[in-house]
Amino acid sequence: MPTLFGTPVRRREDARLIRGEGLYTDDVRLPDMVYAAFVRSTHPSARIRVDASAARALPGVLAVFTADDVAGRVGDVPTAWLVPDSGLRTPPRPVLARDVVRYVGEPIAMVVARTRALAADAASAVNVAYEPLPHVTDARAALAPGAPQVHAGVPGNVLFTWHAGDREATDRAFAEAEVEVSLSIRNQRLVPAAMEPRTAVAAPTPEGGLTLWTTSQNPHIARFVLSGMLSLSEQRLRVVAPDVGGGFGSKIPVYPDEAMVAHAARVLGVPVKWTETRSEAFVATIHGRDQVQDVAMCGRRDGTITGIRVRATANMGAYLSLAAPGVPTILFGLIVPGAYRIGAVDVEVVGVATHTTPTDAYRGAGRPEATFLVERLVDTFARRIGMDAAEVRRRNFVPASAFPYATPTGLVYDSGDYAAAMDRALEAVGYEAMRRRQEDLRREGRYLGIGLSTYVEVCGLGPSKVAGAVGFQGGLWESATVRVHPSGKVAVIIGASPHGQGEETTFAQIVADALGAPFEDVEVVHGDTAATPMGWGTYGSRTTPVGGGAVSLAARRVADKARRLAAHLLEAAEEDVVVTDGRYHVAGAPARSLSFADVALQAHLAWRLPDGMEPGLEASAFYDPENFVFPFGCHACVVEVDRNTGEVRILRYVAVDDCGRIINPMIVDGQVHGGVAQGLGQALWEGAVYDESGQLVTASFLDYALPRARLMPHIETLHTETPSPHNPLGVKGVGETGTIAATPAVVNAVVDALAPLGVEHVDMPMTPERLWRILSRAQGRAPEEVRA
Amino acid sequence: MIAEAFDYERADSLEAALAALARRPGAKVLAGGHSLLPLLKLRLAQVPLLVDIDGVGELGGVRVEDGDLVVGALARHRDVADSEAVRRGWTALAQAASHVGDPQVRSRGTVGGNLAHGDPASDLPTAVLLFDGVLTVASGAGLRQVSARDFWLGPFATALGEGEILTAVRMAPLGDRAASAYRKFPHPASGYAVVSVAAAVRLDGEGRVAEARVAVGGATYVPFRAAAAEAAMVGVRPDPPACREAVADLFAGQEPAGDMYASADYRAHIARLYAADALAAAGAAAAAG
Ligand SMILES: Cc1cc2nc3c(=O)[nH]c(=O)nc-3n(C[C@H](O)[C@H](O)[C@H](O)COP(=O)(O)OP(=O)(O)OC[C@H]3O[C@@H](n4cnc5c(N)ncnc54)[C@H](O)[C@@H]3O)c2cc1C
Repeated sequence: MPTLFGTPVRRREDARLIRGEGLYTDDVRLPDMVYAAFVRSTHPSARIRVDASAARALPGVLAVFTADDVAGRVGDVPTAWLVPDSGLRTPPRPVLARDVVRYVGEPIAMVVARTRALAADAASAVNVAYEPLPHVTDARAALAPGAPQVHAGVPGNVLFTWHAGDREATDRAFAEAEVEVSLSIRNQRLVPAAMEPRTAVAAPTPEGGLTLWTTSQNPHIARFVLSGMLSLSEQRLRVVAPDVGGGFGSKIPVYPDEAMVAHAARVLGVPVKWTETRSEAFVATIHGRDQVQDVAMCGRRDGTITGIRVRATANMGAYLSLAAPGVPTILFGLIVPGAYRIGAVDVEVVGVATHTTPTDAYRGAGRPEATFLVERLVDTFARRIGMDAAEVRRRNFVPASAFPYATPTGLVYDSGDYAAAMDRALEAVGYEAMRRRQEDLRREGRYLGIGLSTYVEVCGLGPSKVAGAVGFQGGLWESATVRVHPSGKVAVIIGASPHGQGEETTFAQIVADALGAPFEDVEVVHGDTAATPMGWGTYGSRTTPVGGGAVSLAARRVADKARRLAAHLLEAAEEDVVVTDGRYHVAGAPARSLSFADVALQAHLAWRLPDGMEPGLEASAFYDPENFVFPFGCHACVVEVDRNTGEVRILRYVAVDDCGRIINPMIVDGQVHGGVAQGLGQALWEGAVYDESGQLVTASFLDYALPRARLMPHIETLHTETPSPHNPLGVKGVGETGTIAATPAVVNAVVDALAPLGVEHVDMPMTPERLWRILSRAQGRAPEEVRA
Repeated sequence: MIAEAFDYERADSLEAALAALARRPGAKVLAGGHSLLPLLKLRLAQVPLLVDIDGVGELGGVRVEDGDLVVGALARHRDVADSEAVRRGWTALAQAASHVGDPQVRSRGTVGGNLAHGDPASDLPTAVLLFDGVLTVASGAGLRQVSARDFWLGPFATALGEGEILTAVRMAPLGDRAASAYRKFPHPASGYAVVSVAAAVRLDGEGRVAEARVAVGGATYVPFRAAAAEAAMVGVRPDPPACREAVADLFAGQEPAGDMYASADYRAHIARLYAADALAAAGAAAAAG
């Protein structure tokens, strides 16, 4: 029977979003609603005195909250990934700064007024006297003796020191190695920049309760955390994440802002709305990445890699955001060996407090930082021993026969065929011919480069017992209820909270297949704690592998019951009943048949149920995966670096991704496109920069360069399909692979292009001027002398 | 991103607009709003009154008058970019207009606003300077003419006085066997010019340069005409090597400025590359007739 699984069904979500019929948090308008605005620190580090009297006296102002007003009433913002064995310190993070501020953008006071404009005016009328204190924004500088201290309780600004692998074995591998290469890498700070800024609307409900609409990737976590911060029982707190305009990790954390909006609504007894401005978003919403790394790889001249060593410093910002400690540790260090069988691995990460916006998960979260360094090292190693970069990869891949494969860092890779994915990419890009072309162009003094990135990543977070073991303060299972209405229409109600990943479509495909119900009749419901079962949310490319597992189990239960009932109604044995084109009938006798809707109606009428069968047609499932999933692939990028301007032109971009079984190829390609765009963004354009005075100077879209349509190359998407043995659907996540794979592919290509000049590494973003300076230096001329 | 309160008045004639401006010190003209409103929303500017001139019909239009091109202050970038006459006779201006922002910006932003705003990274001033544009400025005292060379005084500073309105810019044709070209190196984030160069070449009967013009924007606080390069082109055949040689001294008497994205050195380097390229392109177009 033809299935919807595997077909490019059009996205259910798009019609309403394209027509402007989506409901975003900012679209929520309630009677008597009033508006909040925040007063934010303009200093990176200062003692403060707040005088709100002028603001309070302005017409239309209902309240001004300062640290004094919320003390003892709104709890601190918690950190919820308590990475063990790392000496982790979690400095308290008040919702409004008390006495001192620690980054530009930190909330100091909140104003509530009758209109948004009045609130903005009143916020500028709050008088904050700053007595500047020394500040430090760079993580390495923060570790230096005598550096300004961000928190009294964090000596030396060291928030944690985390280790993975085997240090002694690695030292031995390096001591015995024939070849050793090393790199200093700066994985620069990025601004997630979701199209929709963060927004919250809180409305009081009877008996002291509250409904909070908020831009969250995980409304159930938001409720769990906020009920604690607000001392409000979960039954009284309903959290709704309606349509969410992109998150990329930045909408996982609970921030001070929505807690304050909720608090204000309770105090004032009217609905309160806050919409972040774009300027605020740059400083008040988490940033991503920001690691400096000293990395080394060792091996033999025959191409065998024997060891890898990583010393990383992670800039955590002024406070530890919700999941932040897990990002540069668990999500980073364990995947450092990448797709390679490397016997000795030694990773050490120091998490550092600085006077900057807190960092947390941003698309890929830790895995891009790991993949970048290992892919850069493999290329550097290959060049050092004079072997082709593809060949070195091939010699070191975990072979297809070795799965499940246990890494020296404690992960167990589920399934894979890394060489097959690379071969696919090499063939698509015409690798051999491209190398010859590179030779020809080099003779003309032109710089063509070919970059590979043969990544593997860990996602589908994750087995709850592992979550517990690594200090994640929650479970990582998912839930689903498949509820069939009397008419045969189906609601798939999930605890996860997709916001662009397309599960309203893919989950409907799965359920329609399982039930033999028309696709149009299956609706996916999510994002409202009052309507959906508990779930841990949408991040870490987990919704399809984990949430999909729950959906598929629940759908099977409903399908089994429907078949049993159909058999009873058809007076046949259950084993004999099959579903063809949406009709239940005895195999070989399609003349007498029932539609799924007929069966659903009978289940609800309950006139003729078999003995012992409960009425209704509904089932729930909770699914806790037995392992993570490990998507992999090979991205190949061909660039030419303009020898005159330093501009990078991407001539080919081939993405081969293996995300296990593909439910909807169009949606998978869409995820790859978006992911690659963000990966190219880091390689070529993006970078958050703090200046000497501690100000974020890339604080608007005039300076912070996101990838634009006109900058994007054509992306050729290809796939291999290696099912994961670890979930019912055989799927792996694909939400982050593009971002993880793309950055090193482009940088490897540029370094490859410039290799004849002796270039071994290029810092990101690879702006034209940066490359022009490299070209000028390498060609032995001062930049000024370089002419066309 | 929320402006402070301001008053708003819509004028339906130039006279009414001038009168409204005169009544309120600090009042400002609102044209397309694509530069002014962002400043207000960021609270980098406060104005007591905005006088919206969008409805002043007499300020619009792109036309050729006695052989000169006259672009009304309210002409949109798109009107200029799409005009057959401009593309043919004032090619660099049409190209510059087509490089402004995106289709929305080009449909909404005005030529007058672009010139009056005085952003050194704008596209149009470079092209207007190339064509020795003459700007007509209206005030209660009547009309005055300002040459493009005298119009831009510094970043966001122009020769416009308080209460004055720019009504149009007039540009003479380049003449026979002449052509122009525009090159822009856009900032990846803002799309504005890191460097913009406009060049024009008029050839004599033998295919040598009789007159060359080069205007450079983005690299300095105000756009400038590169006199040394213009002089160096005269008498040569405008092939790429000759053009590269001619622009060696592009910045004679000028001080290129840098920022976080691109240093002064880099801007100067790109300006030279693009100037040579624009000159060669103009030369080739002039030769082709
Ligand atoms: C997203 C975006 C991208 C852009 N990209 C570019 C780009 O790549 N290149 C580029 O050159 N520009 C760019 N712009 C700016 C755009 O070209 C604007 O249209 C232009 O700079 C200002 O024109 P305006 O009609 O919008 O002027 P307004 O914003 O209305 O006014 C700007 C200033 O000029 C004054 N003013 C306006 N008209 C007159 C007049 N007739 N007389 C006297 N004073 C007047 C106003 O008082 C104000 O001070 C961009 C703008 C946006 C929003």
